[in-house]
Amino acid sequence: MPRLASPRTFLKVFIALLALTALTTGAAFVPLGPFNDAVALLIAASKATLVVLFFMNVRYSSRLTWAFAVAGFCWLAVLLGLSATDFFTRHWIPSPSAFPWR
Amino acid sequence: MVEAEPVGPHHTPLREQFEALGQQREADTLGMWVFLSTEILFFGGVITSYMIYRSLFAPAFHIGSGHLDLVSGTAMTVILLASSFTMALSVHAAEHGLRRRLMLCLALTLVLGLAFLGLKAHEYYHVYQERLVPGSRFHLEGPHAREVQLFMMHYFIMTGMHALHMIIGAGMLIFLITYAARNTYKNYTVEICGLYWHFVDIVWLFLFPLLYLFELRTR
Repeated sequence: MPRLASPRTFLKVFIALLALTALTTGAAFVPLGPFNDAVALLIAASKATLVVLFFMNVRYSSRLTWAFAVAGFCWLAVLLGLSATDFFTRHWIPSPSAFPWR
Repeated sequence: MVEAEPVGPHHTPLREQFEALGQQREADTLGMWVFLSTEILFFGGVITSYMIYRSLFAPAFHIGSGHLDLVSGTAMTVILLASSFTMALSVHAAEHGLRRRLMLCLALTLVLGLAFLGLKAHEYYHVYQERLVPGSRFHLEGPHAREVQLFMMHYFIMTGMHALHMIIGAGMLIFLITYAARNTYKNYTVEICGLYWHFVDIVWLFLFPLLYLFELRTR
């Protein structure tokens, strides 16, 4: 198995990344309400996945490298997810201490 | 795990603490990914802060985002993606001992990286002229002016930290070009530096929709 992708694959990935950039900027002009955020972040995540898999050679690396590459993003999900459980649920129970700065 | 590897003058030699090149390569890659994980969480902190403040002061973040130039943001994204592409080609060239192509690709990566920083500097100057830098000179009419400073604060910390990483990356590229010019480059040094460069690109892929596209999305 090769350790790196071929320049031809790099070019294809680069074209895909440019297409996704055009798509994300275009999608921002389409009013989708709260789904605009989801679409923009989903496209950003797919672009990041392409970069990690091909440009960073993770696709051709060992399982252990996969685990190390995914670990950082998992901890990021914990950081964002658990923070969101606090701030996005405060208004569920009205209380003067929920938003003390208002 | 232990595999036979071709060894040429441009290949990283086996250091004494390793049994085989495959093992050494794995250790080098894992070490870099551990560092990159800490970097993910470093940027994760400010992204979490952005998420919370944006949920609290959505109208102000909407106004702030509207003051950023979408055209220059998109151009910076394309430039950075192109630099990642040339960096990937550099790693490929180093692996196969193609020194001239390596130098060309590294130089292109450096030029694209500097072009990104130039656009960024131009944007900072524009924001400064509009008096949108948080602080005593900050001036904006409207009901959410105070909270817009929070958006600009996030803008400067996120893009500033990213730009600092780009400057470090540019310095790294200058070293790699020097090694290639002296014909003392090693394939694995280029590959590990490539991982760093691509990571900085990934950070921007997320900063771009968060900072530049938000204004459009809530219109």
